[in-house]
Amino acid sequence: MDSSVPCAASASSAAPRAAWPRHGGLVLLALVVFALPLAARNDYVLDVAITVALNAIVCVGLNLLIGYAGQISLGHAGFFALGAYGAALLSGRFGWPALAALAGATAAVALLAWLVGRPILRLKGHYLAMATLGLGIIVAIVIATEDGITGGPDGMTVPPLAVAGFVLRGEQAWYALSGAALLLAVWLASNLIASPTGRALRALHASEIAAELAGIDSARHKLMAFVVSAVFAALAGGLAAFHAGFITPAKASFLHSIELVTMVVFGGMASTFGAVVGAAVLTVLPQLLTVLKDYEMVVFGALLMATMIFFPRGVVPTLAALWRRRRP
Amino acid sequence: MGAQALQFLAAGLTAGSIYALVALGFSIVFNASRVINFAQGEFVMIGGMAAASLVGAGAPLLLAIAGAVLLATAVGLLLEKLAIERAARADVTTLIIITIGASILLRGLAQLVWGKGIRALPPISGERPIELLGASVLPQSLWVLGATLAIVAALSWFFERTRAGRAMRATAANRLAAQLVGIDVRHVLLASFGLASALGAVAGALIAPIAFTSWDAGTLLGLKGFAAAILGGLGSFHGAVAGGLVLGLLESLGAGFVSSAYKDAIAFVVILAVLFVRPDGLVGALRSERV
Amino acid sequence: MRLHLPARAALLTRRCILAGAAALAAAAALPGAAAEEPLRVGAFLSVTGPAAFLGDPEQKTLEMVVERLNAAGGVNGRKLQLVVYDDAGDAEKARTFAKRLLEQDKVDVIVGGSTTGTTMAAIPLAEQAGTPFLSLAGAVGIVEPVKKWVFKTPHTDRMACEKIFADMQSRKLSKLALISGTGGFDKSMRGECLKVVGKYGIEVVADESYGAADTDMTAQLTKIKATPGVQAVLNAGFGQGPAIVTKNYRQLGLTAALYQSHGVASKEFIRLAGDAAEGVRLPASALLVAELLNDEDPQKPVVVAYKRDYEARWKSDVSTFGGHAYDGLMLTVDALKRAGSADRAKLRDALEATHGYVGTGGVVNMSAADHLGLDLTAFRMLEVRKGNWVVIR
Repeated sequence: MDSSVPCAASASSAAPRAAWPRHGGLVLLALVVFALPLAARNDYVLDVAITVALNAIVCVGLNLLIGYAGQISLGHAGFFALGAYGAALLSGRFGWPALAALAGATAAVALLAWLVGRPILRLKGHYLAMATLGLGIIVAIVIATEDGITGGPDGMTVPPLAVAGFVLRGEQAWYALSGAALLLAVWLASNLIASPTGRALRALHASEIAAELAGIDSARHKLMAFVVSAVFAALAGGLAAFHAGFITPAKASFLHSIELVTMVVFGGMASTFGAVVGAAVLTVLPQLLTVLKDYEMVVFGALLMATMIFFPRGVVPTLAALWRRRRP
Repeated sequence: MGAQALQFLAAGLTAGSIYALVALGFSIVFNASRVINFAQGEFVMIGGMAAASLVGAGAPLLLAIAGAVLLATAVGLLLEKLAIERAARADVTTLIIITIGASILLRGLAQLVWGKGIRALPPISGERPIELLGASVLPQSLWVLGATLAIVAALSWFFERTRAGRAMRATAANRLAAQLVGIDVRHVLLASFGLASALGAVAGALIAPIAFTSWDAGTLLGLKGFAAAILGGLGSFHGAVAGGLVLGLLESLGAGFVSSAYKDAIAFVVILAVLFVRPDGLVGALRSERV
Repeated sequence: MRLHLPARAALLTRRCILAGAAALAAAAALPGAAAEEPLRVGAFLSVTGPAAFLGDPEQKTLEMVVERLNAAGGVNGRKLQLVVYDDAGDAEKARTFAKRLLEQDKVDVIVGGSTTGTTMAAIPLAEQAGTPFLSLAGAVGIVEPVKKWVFKTPHTDRMACEKIFADMQSRKLSKLALISGTGGFDKSMRGECLKVVGKYGIEVVADESYGAADTDMTAQLTKIKATPGVQAVLNAGFGQGPAIVTKNYRQLGLTAALYQSHGVASKEFIRLAGDAAEGVRLPASALLVAELLNDEDPQKPVVVAYKRDYEARWKSDVSTFGGHAYDGLMLTVDALKRAGSADRAKLRDALEATHGYVGTGGVVNMSAADHLGLDLTAFRMLEVRKGNWVVIR
């Protein structure tokens, strides 16, 4: 039996990223982020854009783990929800200022990811998938059961985000914040990937044993990717909680975890912009398909299947490969 | 106390048998293709819903169950032919996402065809509980246990004694070598999906009289079947059965003796603990990795 | 239908000119008083997903009623336009759809929020936008404390508890075992019941729970069976769980009185639980026993008419949750007529002034401090006998 999950996936990350220069992509994304409000007809469109941005932040982090480090996590919604509930509890129940609550929740999640990561990352492939899935479910159960603290399955309200007395209100302001956070996340991720750490991650993705022989501490690098992706998820979760003013344990559900992984793979693993595109498409698509009412699920499932059959490496890498092939 | 424990045992074995059947479905598909078929739970749902709707249309129970199993098998074969085979060259992760899409598609179709309501299926031999050593057991539970045992025995025979079964085991052991000796692995893959969906449908039809069924009943059962398959050792036939029974018992005994609010969490904590100690599952053999 | 071409062409041309002239005339006449903007009613409901049992009949009811109202000329001379979105039981989706209704579709009123989670997510939006919002969810927290723009049509879970406990008191039952699911509805009702037990001299001797998708509750019921002195068991649940609990109950031979919640007040529950449902009591709205009501009962004409229309239109059993949607929409229509306009502030004031309105859930009397308007008489205590409902009190 071979450890086929990481090996098979390595083929897609072996393709050089040269055709999509780091800075060019970031500039393009920044242009889109700045231009979008001009095209947005009303606050609802901005609201969807904010959701896309926050989902994209989680996906960019998750992509570091799945696409680059070659691991899998079916429990990342747990980190998202812990970040959300942490921020909500610290600011709502303990009266911490909003930014401190965000920072505190994110730090707590980072610590948890670090503690849990070491034993969990010794597992491989589907066993790792199950372990992360189990963790996510345990988090969801605890959140839903301890209703004295968390408000239970019906959720809890979250106070608005206030910085030095100034309350962040309105979709325009939130869009600015989310857009900035997304650009920052993409910039950080791109830098990480291009750094020696990023190369180490890609090496251990291709072959963990070879990387170890070359002197890379695979356990430490895997743990780092795991913690960084958890931090991205927690931060996005905290922001989402403040934006919506309300959170429920459904945010920790395994269905949400699977949605996130689907976004990453759909957009293209080992592609930061793939993660952003995946988040964008799979967040906007249900909003568009909702007019189909009872047929929404059927059409969504069919589209997902068709896209993965015809774009097996994900949307962005496949399109990028097509683009490269057109040039002489 | 003894009678209580016996009651918990009966409940745990019943649920565990269902998880075992679902887990077998996961393992069989995994063995043939390294893919985790996220739509496995939906076959369980199709088994229950199709049987319920056939009974509603007037068919006798056993015929309805047979019909439901046939339908689920057809859907499984279609899924393999139209989706999995098309994407044969792709990554395992891509194939998994395709099965996720299939699961959403099947749930959406189930809602359209059978509606959003909950359905019941009549039990095979009545509802009067049987008193066994102080515990009260439903006849349907005995059917579930018996059918699972029979199926496991039949599958054992199939994998050991028939060409087709041995071809499937060969493909699971080493795909390339199997091709070299003339096994068409595409047929093995097709048969695996068909077999897995049939198993899922049988499980669905067996449990529906006890637990009812609805268009979304497959999701959680699929998840628990997957957990059972991993617990026992993914790809291992005996592991799937052992994993299923152990999971069922953990849930039932957890609810009975520890805390009914946290019983699902308890089961998952135990699974995690087992995985930390035995990373390849209870029955999984130690793996050697190719460098 | 082929005509000879030249003749056909001439006919077409003449027809086109006539049609064009008619259209122009109509267009010229449009800015007149007859063609006003329609009244926009927005709804976000859990039509699919785990709460489809609630949202599906709600959506069907709203569609049916809007159709009928429009056929009869609309309200205040204006047609109604219904915009429905399916949130699949997810609070985040509900919030986005509520925003869509308010910002993009620019609705005048929202009737929706099938579950407490989805309602709570949308409340801040309705408050900020100053749009009346009639919730179809159960938790008492929706209208307590009272929010300016938020109203509610279903009975609260606390009322269900009190109705059950009053019935227990009348049967001299005081030792209660609770068994509930882990869903929002279940936990909310269990919480409310625990708060009010003292008022009725009831002691809770056991408190078990089960998962939403569990297939077997014999473990939990075995523990209850082993608890000494249990005189009644209350299953605060929703969905298929209570049906399984009921079947397991009979399987284990438990004899104490079994009470279910209003969450399973439906024919579907009796169908699923089968013979095991015999003797089960639960609080429900008059809608379920429409034909059994006394002729002097003010609710009788309303519930009989709604039941007949719904069952004829959709060929399926009427549901109390559909009834809540009916009340939500008809309360709005009633308030619109009294307000005389669709101005949101006037509509809100008119809703708050609702008095003596007879709906499927009961007789509604709202006030500034009460945005629900129902009291305990709105609930009827029903018992299952021979596969059908019987009214106890």
